[in-house]
Amino acid sequence: MVLKAFFPTCCAAADSGLLVGRWVPEQSSAVVLAVVHFPFIPSQVKEFLAQVQQTSQVGVAVLGTWCHRRQEPEDNLGHFLEGLSAIFSHEPWLQLCREKGSTFWSCKATRWQGSTSPGAPSEDQVMIVFYDQRKVLLSQLHPPAILPDQETGDAAAGAVGLAAVFHTVARSEVLFRSDRFDEGPVRLSHWQSDGVEASILVELAKWASGPICLLLASLLSLVSAVSACWLFKLWPLPFIWSKLSTCEQLRYRLEQLTLIFSPQKAENPSQRMRKANMCVSVLLDVALGLTLLSWLHGKGRIEQLADALVPVADRVAEELQHLLQWLMGAPAGLKMNRALDQVLGRFFLYHIHLWISYIHLMSPFIERIVWHVGLSACLGLTVSLSILSDIIALLTFHIYCFYVYGARLYCLKICGLSSLWRLFRGKKWNVLRQRVDSCSYDLDQLFIGTLLFTILVFLLPTTALYYLVFTLLRLLVITVQGLIHLLVDLINSLPLYALGLRLCRPYRLAAGVKFRVLEQEAGRPLRLLMQINPLSYGRVVHTYRLPRYGCHPTHSWGSLCRKLFFGELIYPWRQREDKQD
Amino acid sequence: MENEQSFSDICGGRLALQRRYYSPSCREFCLSSPRLSLRSLTVVTSTVWLAAYGLFTVCENSVVLSAAIFITLLGLLGYLHFVKIDQETLLIIDSLGIQMTSSYASGKESTTFIEMDKKVIYYLCILLKDPVEPHEISQVVPVFQSAKPRLDCLIEVYRSCQEILAHQKAPSTSPQAHQKAPSTSPSIQKASIVSRGK
Repeated sequence: MVLKAFFPTCCAAADSGLLVGRWVPEQSSAVVLAVVHFPFIPSQVKEFLAQVQQTSQVGVAVLGTWCHRRQEPEDNLGHFLEGLSAIFSHEPWLQLCREKGSTFWSCKATRWQGSTSPGAPSEDQVMIVFYDQRKVLLSQLHPPAILPDQETGDAAAGAVGLAAVFHTVARSEVLFRSDRFDEGPVRLSHWQSDGVEASILVELAKWASGPICLLLASLLSLVSAVSACWLFKLWPLPFIWSKLSTCEQLRYRLEQLTLIFSPQKAENPSQRMRKANMCVSVLLDVALGLTLLSWLHGKGRIEQLADALVPVADRVAEELQHLLQWLMGAPAGLKMNRALDQVLGRFFLYHIHLWISYIHLMSPFIERIVWHVGLSACLGLTVSLSILSDIIALLTFHIYCFYVYGARLYCLKICGLSSLWRLFRGKKWNVLRQRVDSCSYDLDQLFIGTLLFTILVFLLPTTALYYLVFTLLRLLVITVQGLIHLLVDLINSLPLYALGLRLCRPYRLAAGVKFRVLEQEAGRPLRLLMQINPLSYGRVVHTYRLPRYGCHPTHSWGSLCRKLFFGELIYPWRQREDKQD
Repeated sequence: MENEQSFSDICGGRLALQRRYYSPSCREFCLSSPRLSLRSLTVVTSTVWLAAYGLFTVCENSVVLSAAIFITLLGLLGYLHFVKIDQETLLIIDSLGIQMTSSYASGKESTTFIEMDKKVIYYLCILLKDPVEPHEISQVVPVFQSAKPRLDCLIEVYRSCQEILAHQKAPSTSPQAHQKAPSTSPSIQKASIVSRGK
């Protein structure tokens, strides 16, 4: 196999010295991590490497020599470098050499053992692959080459292929801690040899985050303890909480905040990303909420909103009344059963009248209520949207009631019709055996059954029409609420930190690598540049999407149509409580 | 060393193949398709704008005209950035792997690298043309799935099949299920037939 030497681009301008890194025999590749400069004492170098090996669990060793000829050829250096192969024995021994002013390198890899002629070394063909050490160190491969539970112990052997290069560089952070300003026994050249990178703001934030996290974590635990108090568990409060989407959203946010401010550090990169994504999502939410708050509280918009609310409710009620009058007449030219029509129509009209009275009773308090609800926007835009969705649900409660009445009536009618239809044909539903059996009825049973069947059949169009109209209205309200919930879900689950990272630092999220062939010259070894291939935006969103609370309705269109036809009630949102039992 | 040759694709368009031999262990093949022709661009733009002008004369709203310009620009940008592939390159590096790059007309490049660890299997397959849509492929039928012969055997089979199919193409009447010429596609199978290392 061709021998691949992975050489960091930062060391290409370094002075002559020893190459230090890891040798991967399965792929015949040598990953160079740093260059040790003269002067050095071989025993100290060996001690240093043994220390590094123990700390980082990576098999670091001296791989060969690096020769950078700045002046005229130095023969002494050449001989000296060749003598080093006897002190630090390594199979194969690499010798990289760069001439002054030339872009082409020369490379030799000699093996003493396993060569065909004993006493003379055999040479392997070499290929040089340049890589950016900083980017490879900071990047994360997707899918991860090593699973989190394999991190300890001899995990270095687990990574296969190019993932081994990434793994080696990532685990050798100990090697990169000493820079050239240190007074140590060994002088190294690597990506941090000009000084370890650090930022004052980051250090301050790390120092301050400890006490702040503790404080906020205790506050949040207090809030959760209060909310779990027995007072809130008295019926019917849990029932109301489960129906309001605001409570779900607040609970979700509380969980997220508890996770963000928990004093434990995140163990693996995916947990860190999740924390970061949650943090950015909460910040964006609060920022959007504050924008909404400032917009609402300026220029007297709250009064306008409150003034518009009651007339809107009145208008809706008026339209419903018109609709009922139309149904009580001859809707779309259909002839209704007068008596049933009048009964149903009057019942619903009275309902609307009650509703309007309640709204008018509440109208003096509406402005205060809207003002306080507007304040909730500082908790986040999602909370405001959830409150909006709940207000819509409350204001259209009468439509929900009408839908339930119409559905129940229609359902009863359908049940009655199906059972009487069976009687018509001389069959019966056997409850024990859960199937249809034949049955012999008496004459009077048949007579009454047929009579009822006829009555129900002729009353069917009226009931069906009322059911249809109110179901359509209910579906309209559900659609509006659904759109609001979709927006809330989007804000909740979009991984903004990961997307920002992909935009600004694409090498951090790596899908793989790509190679570019550099200038070639005949007779010289092949030179390649290895770059990081970033993950596509779609995969970023798919991998780092945050979990959502609740879920979209799980029934398919077919089952929905079936439920509508038989008059079964549709519950659009499955709340968390349903999933927990 | 560089080498350029011209071929044609299945629809008859011209393709240019560029071969580069960097070293005995590294080769690159580059296929370039014809660029976006000015004629088709002019035709599409004029159609859209004429339609917009027709709508404008009906409804007397200049928003239609600005919308048409906007749509043309966005459509052109989207086409150049997401659809029109100008060049496809295959780079083979011994003991590292195979890299495929597609470069779009707007300069965007999308690269996939497949490591040498994964086994590369060549197969011969027959592509069937859709009887309704002549430019679409309706079915891919691989042959010799259990025997799995090597490339030399496949090349032999392919050449003989091409000779016979060339005879069949000469009389221009052909039945509905148009059988396309078999094509060797060096195809990389990753998931099921992966064998690590040796």
